[in-house]
Formats: sequence, structure tokens, C-alpha cells
Amino acid sequence: MANVISDETMEYVGILAKLELSDEEKEAAKKDMESMLDYIDKLNELDTSNVEPMSHVFPVHNVFREDVVENGDGGEDTLANAPERRDRAFVVPKTVDQ
Amino acid sequence: MSKEYETVIGLEVHVELATKTKIFCSCSTAFGSAPNTHTCPVCTGMPGSLPVLNKQVVEYAMAVGVATNCQINQYNKFDRKNYFYPDNPQNYQISQLYLPICHDGGIEIETAAGKKTIGIHEIHMEEDAGKLVHDDWDEVSLVDYNRSGVPLIEIVSEPDMRSAEEVIAYLEKLRMIIQYLGASDCKMQEGSMRADVNLSVREVGAKEFGTRTEMKNIGSLKAIARAIEAETARQIDLIESGEKVVQETRRWNDDQGYSYAMRSKEDAQDYRYFPEPDLVPIIISDEWLQQVKDNQPELQDEKLVRYEAEFGLPEYDAQILTATKKLADIFEATTELCKKPKKVSNWLMGETMRLLKEHDMDAEDIKFSPVNLAKIIELTEAGTINGSVAKEVFEKVFTEDIDPDKYVEEKGLKTVNDEGALRETIEQIIKDNPQSVEDYRNGKEKAIGFLVGQTMKAMKGKANPGMVNQILKELL
Repeated sequence: MANVISDETMEYVGILAKLELSDEEKEAAKKDMESMLDYIDKLNELDTSNVEPMSHVFPVHNVFREDVVENGDGGEDTLANAPERRDRAFVVPKTVDQ
Repeated sequence: MSKEYETVIGLEVHVELATKTKIFCSCSTAFGSAPNTHTCPVCTGMPGSLPVLNKQVVEYAMAVGVATNCQINQYNKFDRKNYFYPDNPQNYQISQLYLPICHDGGIEIETAAGKKTIGIHEIHMEEDAGKLVHDDWDEVSLVDYNRSGVPLIEIVSEPDMRSAEEVIAYLEKLRMIIQYLGASDCKMQEGSMRADVNLSVREVGAKEFGTRTEMKNIGSLKAIARAIEAETARQIDLIESGEKVVQETRRWNDDQGYSYAMRSKEDAQDYRYFPEPDLVPIIISDEWLQQVKDNQPELQDEKLVRYEAEFGLPEYDAQILTATKKLADIFEATTELCKKPKKVSNWLMGETMRLLKEHDMDAEDIKFSPVNLAKIIELTEAGTINGSVAKEVFEKVFTEDIDPDKYVEEKGLKTVNDEGALRETIEQIIKDNPQSVEDYRNGKEKAIGFLVGQTMKAMKGKANPGMVNQILKELL
């Protein structure tokens, strides 16, 4: 395998993904990620110098909606997903920026 | 201070667009509903839901781009910006990173130092997040997703501003343009216009920029000015004492007058953008772009010229009347009704401005209807009420939008044109004020003013002032 993922990278990716992995899980994830990167490297071997960059896989563009209100009060359905609610709001652990 | 510093400022301005529905679903954008009323699987990020772009958002973004002299990216697309926060149920914000809809524009501002162009780096479309309310008593926060998915444009300036004054001028100009376009009401106090300030300092003459900090979501123009002054001083202090400015996001506390670094446990600013696979690219044809250009409403510059030419207003008056769309709209509607542009202009520039200041209001907060202002002008012109009564009635129109015709009738404010009654009153006044009468007869012209005042008082302000003057002079 050409690509090597460092422990620091593993730690960082874990923070970004909000995952706490055990040591065994970290090792397994590391192997998986390394083989994924190897696979991407293989794609890099293709000569794409004459290919236009593509931003979407479907040959479709301009799918629009008119600006008309169609949805009614969706509050109860939305709040059915709340682990905890107070009146009409979701309750989450306190988030303050400091 | 031995060294001279200059402040370098760039702004990221978020503007909530005035669409009826959200950017990717047909939920209402109405402000002030009960929490989570306007939500659906799309704007709460339910697995399997699919966003569909609101066409009006693209048109507003294009209109703002055209009005701010931007290039329009006729091929643009959306990307995902990943972050975890409870205000964002998808765990990513749909935004535009690689191919934003507008780029490379600029607007001209004017300050005491003269005219200057502030460059606009880009404008992109994105969705707003939900709203968090922190409970004061419990260790919890309450989440309302009504705002989640409300369309925003983010206008990113070049680091071209050098002072708080320039920043305010830029924001005011931007706000005026967007209000004229009808793309947003731009109410900072309601959060429909928010600015992030990127600021660094450097020695005058230096080529490189200093390290910048970012202050997020400051709530008013005055607070922005204060935040800029304080942050400039803080960075200069750091440099002067040999320390380094740290690149960080800071929150401005306007009540306390200082900013502090926002630190969360894991504040890695790594958004791992990638192309949004659920939305297809937007291709803007030449015809579509031309259509948007053709439909641009009359902006301030054009209005200014027209007000001077069509209504014969002085440039100064036209400037003030067109400074906000609201005032220009009232001016045009009232003039349409009473056909007296100069009178309308006087009421707006005089009494309206005075009352706005007195009530600490902006022109946008004006509630009275042009119909009622037109009625006051007609009542005054017809001599039904005199000037000071008109001012009194206007205050009522300004605060409660009352119907002047009815009000004047009910309160008995009509000017007394009955010569007999006036003559009687004046004769009494002359009798009661022999000193003033003598003064006047001895050549003290000013004494007549006092007698006019006494007469008006006796008539409860309703006398026709011209008639009072005439009768007084006659009797003296």
C-alpha cells in the first residue's frame, strides 16, 4: 500500500466526524482509508487532459421550483423527531460560544 | 505613538432574500410564527429528502449582482459545507464555493474623504440555519428551525475599507441598492442583514496584510463602528507590545464594549466542502440574464436625476428623498395624489425627519399612508387649516395614521375665517394689552408679533394668520 495514514490524521478525522473510536477500530479504519486512497490514486493514472471537468453526473441542469408556499404547518411531524421538546421547540444540551 | 497604522477591513454581508418560500422547499419564510411551524423533511435534513431550488432566489441574486457591477457566472453550482451544530440539522450547509453566481464587482461609496470604489469579490447563494435560544435557567438550548433553509446571499467584499466610516458607507449603500431591488428588507435588527467584519492592521506603507480576525454577526451599524474602533486598538496594542495577533473568530459584546475569542472544544475550521450531489448545475442563458437586466427597477442614481428634472427638486432634497426606498416610495405616492411635489418634499424633509429623529426610528419604520399626508397638504392649500394646526395633525398621522379630514372635523380645528368673530377677539386683545399697542405705535414693529400670538392663543390656534395680521394693522 502506497498511502499511509498517520495517527494524527486519524485523530483529526475523528474529531471532524465527531467519532470516538477504540484502538482496534482506529486501526481498521486506517486500513480502509489507506486502501480507498490507493484506489483514488489508480484513477489518477488515467489521462484526463482532454476531458472537461464535470460537476454533476447527470446531464441535467436548471431544475427549479416556483416561489409558491405549498407546505402548511409541519411542526408536529418535525418535532416527532425530537428526543426532548419543550412546547414547540427541540431541547438540546446548552450550546454557547465560549 | 512612534509608528502609524492603518486598518484593513473586508466584510462578509449576509442578506435574507424576500422570497415567500425557502430556498430548497416550499415552506413559508414568514417571520414571527410559533417555533418549527414552517418546517418539512427538506429543511430539517431528513434522510431521503431532496432539495429543489427556488427560481426566485437565482433571480434576486442575479439582480443584486448586476446592480453591484458583478460578472455573472452563467454556469454556477452548489457545494456542501460540513459542520456540526444544533442549528443545522443536515450537518452541512448548502452553499456555493467553487462557482458562485456573481464575482468581481464593486460599488462606489462616498465619505468625507471623497468617493471610492469598494470591490466585491463574490456573491453566493446559500441557506440560513435555524435559531438557538439559550435558556437562562436550565443547561439547555431550544431550537427553532423556521429560519432553517431561508435563502441568503453572502456578499464578500475585497479588503478595500480603511475605516469604520467607510464600512458604514458601504453597508448603507449596499442596503439601499438591495432595498431598491426589493430583494430584501435588510433590517439589521431583525437579522435580515448581518455583517461579519474581517479586520487587520499594518504599518502605513506596508505591502503585506497583517493577521486578521473575524467578528461575527454584529447587530447594528453603530455596534459595527464601535467594534471596529475597539478591535483596531486591540491589535495595535498587541503589535506595539511585541505580541502577535492570532487569526481567530471573535464575538463583539456591544454592551460591555469588548470582544472575546470564540473557542469551542473542537473548533477546527475545516468545512470539507464538496459538490452538492442533490442539486444540478444552474445555467444562465444570455436571454435570461438580459431579462433580469431589463427588469431592474429604477435605482437611486436614476431617481435622483428624474426628481430634479420631473419635479424640479434641488439636488440636496432629491438626495435625501432617494436615500431610502421607503421615503422615495412615499414621496412618489403622495405626489401622485396631490400633485404638489415641493410640498410633499417639505413635509418629508422637515416634519417627517424631525419626528423620525425624535422617536429614534429609521425611514423603513414609517407607518403612515401617503393618502393621509396628501390630505393634510390639500387641507392646508385650501386654507381649511393653518400651518401650525397642520403640524399638529401631521404628528397624529405620523404616530397613528389617522384620517386628517375626520380628525380636523371632530376636533374642530378648521381655521376661523369669520371676520366678525376675529375682529371681536382682536379688539379685546388690543384693549387688554395697552403696552404692546403703544410700543407698536412708537415704531416697535416687533410688538405686533406678540399681539398676533395673543390672538392665536385666544382663538386656540385656529385663526387664519393672514387675516389676523391684516385686521390688527387696520385697527392699530
